[in-house]
Amino acid sequence: MLFLLGYTYFHHMNYLTSIGRYAIMIKDVFKKPTKWRIMKSLILKEVDELIFGSLGILIFIAFFMGAVVAIQTALNITSELIPKNLVGFATRQSIILEFAPTFCSIIMAGKVGSYITSSIGTMRVTEQIDALEVMGVNALNYLVFPKIIALCLYPFIISIAMYVGIFGGWMAAVFGGFSTSADFIEGVQLDFIPFHVTYAFLKTLVFAFVLATVPSYHGFYMTGGALEVGKASTTSFVWTSVVIIVANYILTQLLLG
Amino acid sequence: MIEVNDIHKSFGDTHILKGVTTSFSKGKTNLIIGQSGSGKTVFLKCLLGLFTPEQGSISYDGKIYSEMTDEEKRNLRQEIGMVFQGSALFDSMTVEGNVKFPLEMFTKQSQSEMQDRADFVLKRVNLVDAHHKYPSEISGGMQKRVAIARAIVMNPKYLFCDEPNSGLDPKTAIVIDNLIQEITEEYDITTVINTHDMNSVMEIGKKILFLKDGLKAWEGTNKEIFKTENETVTDFVYSSDLFKKVRQMYIEERN
Ligand SMILES: Nc1ncnc2c1ncn2[C@@H]1O[C@H](COP(=O)(O)OP(=O)(O)OP(=O)(O)O)[C@@H](O)[C@H]1O
Ligand SMILES: [Mg+2]
Repeated sequence: MLFLLGYTYFHHMNYLTSIGRYAIMIKDVFKKPTKWRIMKSLILKEVDELIFGSLGILIFIAFFMGAVVAIQTALNITSELIPKNLVGFATRQSIILEFAPTFCSIIMAGKVGSYITSSIGTMRVTEQIDALEVMGVNALNYLVFPKIIALCLYPFIISIAMYVGIFGGWMAAVFGGFSTSADFIEGVQLDFIPFHVTYAFLKTLVFAFVLATVPSYHGFYMTGGALEVGKASTTSFVWTSVVIIVANYILTQLLLG
Repeated sequence: MIEVNDIHKSFGDTHILKGVTTSFSKGKTNLIIGQSGSGKTVFLKCLLGLFTPEQGSISYDGKIYSEMTDEEKRNLRQEIGMVFQGSALFDSMTVEGNVKFPLEMFTKQSQSEMQDRADFVLKRVNLVDAHHKYPSEISGGMQKRVAIARAIVMNPKYLFCDEPNSGLDPKTAIVIDNLIQEITEEYDITTVINTHDMNSVMEIGKKILFLKDGLKAWEGTNKEIFKTENETVTDFVYSSDLFKKVRQMYIEERN
């Protein structure tokens, strides 16, 4: 699978140079910081755009995801021997471990990722980045750093998504007649392992970094015109998702395996 | 003073600059002319360090650009004003925001000092009622003027303008030309201007560099360009019948 994806993109990218350039980019983002007074307002703007701007869609998705997980689990319980609280338990586990952190991040790769790539890419093609550089501004710090800092709040919206997801599961289970409220809540509280939440937030932080930097990379180093901005956004979405999925696998192996 | 020594620049297999040597002196408006696609923008971007020439050197007041440390390059850049061909205004900021941006970035001025300075430069480019508009809400010519205001707001030592008066009406074009010449002389700036505007060439061309096929085809002053017998120059500069007649009359008058 990875090989296939790699093969598809081999024509467009030379991996090693890209990875090297990405690493250099990250280093340059932290060089020669922009004045704090200006940076502060840039960060606030990005928090508004990237974090609050995504809250609505993530809550919406989390709610229905939780509902579907609860219904699916309930429908698969056919044996009388399986405890009734499994619905709540399964909903909690899948929402906290995977759906909220990973699934939401893939959605974010589309929403936030394409916004970042197209806004930075447009600045590249209209020479606004050159204008910054000519003035002596570190354009990478100016453009990418505030996004990284803003997305440090990403775990915060993911925790909201977790609550909403479990709540969606409860609604679907109780009002769909699949479980009683008491059973569901008992399941949600069953065998709770705090490290799972730590694991989920660690993942989320890594994904946040990926969400801020991979799309920035695709925007910053693009060439061409308006058409290429569109193409860069698509490529950026694909790569951001791929990196998130691979990082998810590696982190799960490292932290839970 | 900027000295350019034998610079070459290619993109892939296409050789754009094939060894250009020249110098631009202080307090003078230096013009670069040449056909569309002849490499004027590429040349200017090489001077600015946005493109790195494969060969040759560029020095600013005796210091070779490629040998400067990152710190020195940054300091140099704060002394440079640049007007891009497409204006390159920050479209997330208002006109005023664009003009104040370099001040906010690099000076310790108070809000009111910045406001005064921004008002002053915007007035100099004849823009008085667009302070709070966004670049997408103003005309191309107005964008050009904002770009010029932004380039001169820091009192640069070096000013680069890529076609500063393309897209402007003749009257505003002359205002802009005069403005550039005025501030160049007033603040002893080393100014380099790419242009297609023959009016600018005649009016403010204290030094003119004619690029053709990636090479320097001719170099001289606006007085000399009237007299030159160099055919590549006369063909290009006096390509319209009107200009041919004007030149003819000028020569006859002198004889
Ligand atoms: N980034 C780039 N990549 C590849 N080729 C380029 C690039 N920039 C410019 N060129 C090529 O270099 C040549 C010179 O372009 P340049 O923009 O310098 O022309 P110009 O003299 O400024 O023209 P105009 O008067 O129309 O602005 C063109 O043939 C162009 O295709
Ligand atoms: Mg040009």
